[in-house]
Amino acid sequence: MIQLEQLTWKVSGRTILENVTVAIPANTYAVLMGSTGCGKTTLLEILCGLRQPTSGRILLDGVDVTDLEPRERGIGYVPQDLAMFPGLRVCEQIGFAPKLRGMAPAELNQRVNRLAEQFGIAPLLDRLPDMLSGGEKQRVALARALAAQPKLLLLDEPLSALDESMRAEAVSLLQRVQSEHALTVLHVTHSSSEAAALGTLHLRMVAGRLEVESKG
Amino acid sequence: MPLNRSNLCWLALALITAGYLIFWALLLGATAAYSTTDSWLQVLRSPEIRHATFLSLVTCSVAAGFALLLAVPVGYLMSRLEFRGKSWLDAALDIPIILPPLVVGLCLLIFFQTKIGKVIEMAIPFTYQISGVVLAQFVVAAAFAIRTMRGTFQHLSARPEDVALTLGCTRFQAMWHVALPAARRGMVAAFCIAWARSLGEFGPILVFAGATRLKTEVLPTTVWLELSVGNLEAAVAVSLFMVLLAVLVLVAVRATGEKV
Repeated sequence: MIQLEQLTWKVSGRTILENVTVAIPANTYAVLMGSTGCGKTTLLEILCGLRQPTSGRILLDGVDVTDLEPRERGIGYVPQDLAMFPGLRVCEQIGFAPKLRGMAPAELNQRVNRLAEQFGIAPLLDRLPDMLSGGEKQRVALARALAAQPKLLLLDEPLSALDESMRAEAVSLLQRVQSEHALTVLHVTHSSSEAAALGTLHLRMVAGRLEVESKG
Repeated sequence: MPLNRSNLCWLALALITAGYLIFWALLLGATAAYSTTDSWLQVLRSPEIRHATFLSLVTCSVAAGFALLLAVPVGYLMSRLEFRGKSWLDAALDIPIILPPLVVGLCLLIFFQTKIGKVIEMAIPFTYQISGVVLAQFVVAAAFAIRTMRGTFQHLSARPEDVALTLGCTRFQAMWHVALPAARRGMVAAFCIAWARSLGEFGPILVFAGATRLKTEVLPTTVWLELSVGNLEAAVAVSLFMVLLAVLVLVAVRATGEKV
């Protein structure tokens, strides 16, 4: 469960997030909508520890993680530009987190291959990011985040680079991933249809404040 | 191609570029025409000049290597971290670029006469030594390498490093595993610029390391020494040799950089 308590973020005297308070139950697929520049990405960055809030607390499963480093939070993050690691092959991208944690090569290969199969990217394991399409990069970015076995997955407009025909396929992939990995997901989107198809909890950011629109 | 206003603009810009390149070609051509085969042979046979060439190659490579080792962390810091007084620090890092070269040499000479300098010299002697040549080349070349590395990191998105942090990296690991591999070409360019800058360094070396033949004499010192005794032909031959050397190394390093 994610709990945000009175979360505020100010920069240069301007309030971007103001007293954001919300509770997202475990295994929920929450979608967050709002106009451009309203602070959605900032909220995700604060959640995964890339920015420090001006005030307020973040609790994950009841544990206060506000002052923890990003690596200590157990949160997977897929940014809008997917942020592929330049010069690393797909297998190295997916195996990045397990390798960092010192996983044995045999087990590492097993995890990479299992995720690659699950995301349909097994034939791409030797490719560099420059040789991938937008849809393939999106799958690699998701597999890379899930290889770290996070409890919470934050997705920042992950389908924005996909065309209409690929988007429906990606939506069903995200639904499958969420249920198979028993994840809590917070997904930022501008698309109402994407939100309707995926979300079990609908949130909206208005002028730095968070409103719960509906629960599925 | 019809000659419209846009094409005229490109033509004017191309003429300016060509004019500059032609001016340089004329400069080098005139210098080359001044040189004779005999003076080239003299250069190749001279043990002093062979020593100066070898010393130049070694000291430039060592100085450029150290400059790169400094430029990577400083460039990363300056491109990724926002802090109070950053613009002042940025200006301070450029000081070696704007200082007259002789002043840099003088600063080094005076520093190694202070108590701290003398303690350092007890461990590693610098003044009028080969290590002094490297240090004089390093202090100026490092400023250029830092500028290059800062530009390189600024052009690279910080987002992959952010993702690496969420995947379990410390800041140092994110820099090591993600930022540095992405900055390979910038590192080659920074090394290349530092090397070329070191090869042309003269003022600080003359003041701080001296111009002792077969000891601290590097190629620019040779040009000066030959000029000072009126041996213009040898000075010209060494100058052309430096041009050739610089072009060869730059082409080689750039070719390697393309494959990195």
